[in-house]
Amino acid sequence: MVKAVVRAGLLTLGLVWVALAADTALADGVKRYVVEGSPAAERESCVEPTERMRRMHMEFIKHQRISTVHEGIRGTKYSLTGCVDCHISYDENRNPRPIDQPDQFCGACHNYAAVDLNCFDCHASVPNRPGADAEAAHRAAGVVGRVASTPPQGGR
Amino acid sequence: MNENATRIASTSDETPASTVDAGRRGFIGTAAGLSAAALVAPGVFLHSVAAAPRSEPVTDSVRWGLLIDTAKCADGCSACVDACDRENGLDLQEPHGSESKWEHQKSVWIRKVKLQDNQTGRITNLPMMCQHCEHPPCVDVCPTGASFKRADGIVMVDRHLCIGCRYCMMACPYKARSFIHQNTSGQLTAVPRGKGCVESCNLCVHRRDHGEESTACVDACAQEGHGAIVFGDLKDPDSAISQRLREIPSRQIREDLVLNTGVRYAGV
Repeated sequence: MVKAVVRAGLLTLGLVWVALAADTALADGVKRYVVEGSPAAERESCVEPTERMRRMHMEFIKHQRISTVHEGIRGTKYSLTGCVDCHISYDENRNPRPIDQPDQFCGACHNYAAVDLNCFDCHASVPNRPGADAEAAHRAAGVVGRVASTPPQGGR
Repeated sequence: MNENATRIASTSDETPASTVDAGRRGFIGTAAGLSAAALVAPGVFLHSVAAAPRSEPVTDSVRWGLLIDTAKCADGCSACVDACDRENGLDLQEPHGSESKWEHQKSVWIRKVKLQDNQTGRITNLPMMCQHCEHPPCVDVCPTGASFKRADGIVMVDRHLCIGCRYCMMACPYKARSFIHQNTSGQLTAVPRGKGCVESCNLCVHRRDHGEESTACVDACAQEGHGAIVFGDLKDPDSAISQRLREIPSRQIREDLVLNTGVRYAGV
């Protein structure tokens, strides 16, 4: 009887440990996609749960574009600029890499899913405005000077 | 013209009301300023508080406009044009590829136009940009609804909807619109722009939506010491632009078209 209880206890402990380990691995996986030290890196998920973001991000962005352009509403939860601020990555020279390149956050997935990504034909694919939410993150990455000014001319 | 006359009549009727309004506005302004000063910790920039992005839709309680005093606009000065190019990333467009003339055509949001009176020889310089008409012909003709007027009087292009037909360019009496012929790169976050769309002056709409006071051209002109351009709310009788418009004679370009432009010129 005692043996059974101990065995059950060990099993539970093992399961909990596995669950925790999986959680940590998941968190590490998530962190790969956001700028280290950014507000996003502290969060469990994006502005919506990850599963929802994966399926619905286009709806979120598309359905608010009219309100942004026509009504001037800029302080919304969903924003393409927000995607770029959190998910941008930097090369060894601390230059931001355009997010739509086939090995970058937006570009990689769209490439895999064979979905044409043309937001960045017009929109900036690197952060280049001062005072952004991701400012702290960019400072941590040592690129604040570049972020606050315009991107390198003739980039891409 | 009639509309203006009636507006003047109605404001003079409502003088007592508007003075009360002004007093109240002043008080609220002071109160807001004081409480902001009390709340904001030292070392925090007030600028960031003022520059909060807009979260409510724009309303027609304001109408943005410009007043250009051509007497102060210097011959050969291009400060406003350069500032506009920088602010909106127009200078990032580099010609590349073929020898086609379209490859070398750049967008122009402000043109410096030089007028000479043949009788007297007097030369006048006027910066011409989108005139932000109350009844914009570009909006009338746009087949997709991409060309539109915002509630606060800014005429602009929704590039998501623009198919690049250029009908609006044909309709505009001021030659204010440009077409982007080539792929763009290195756009600014605040000003998305790309191949196949028409564009024109939008009174620095990103500045408007982040609560900033003026436009890039106004800042540049003031910095040059000319101060030829005034930006502000045409509906607010106390705004700098309204006061100036009351003081000096001004005109619309092509008044005969009765478009009631938001950009007014003095000294032409």
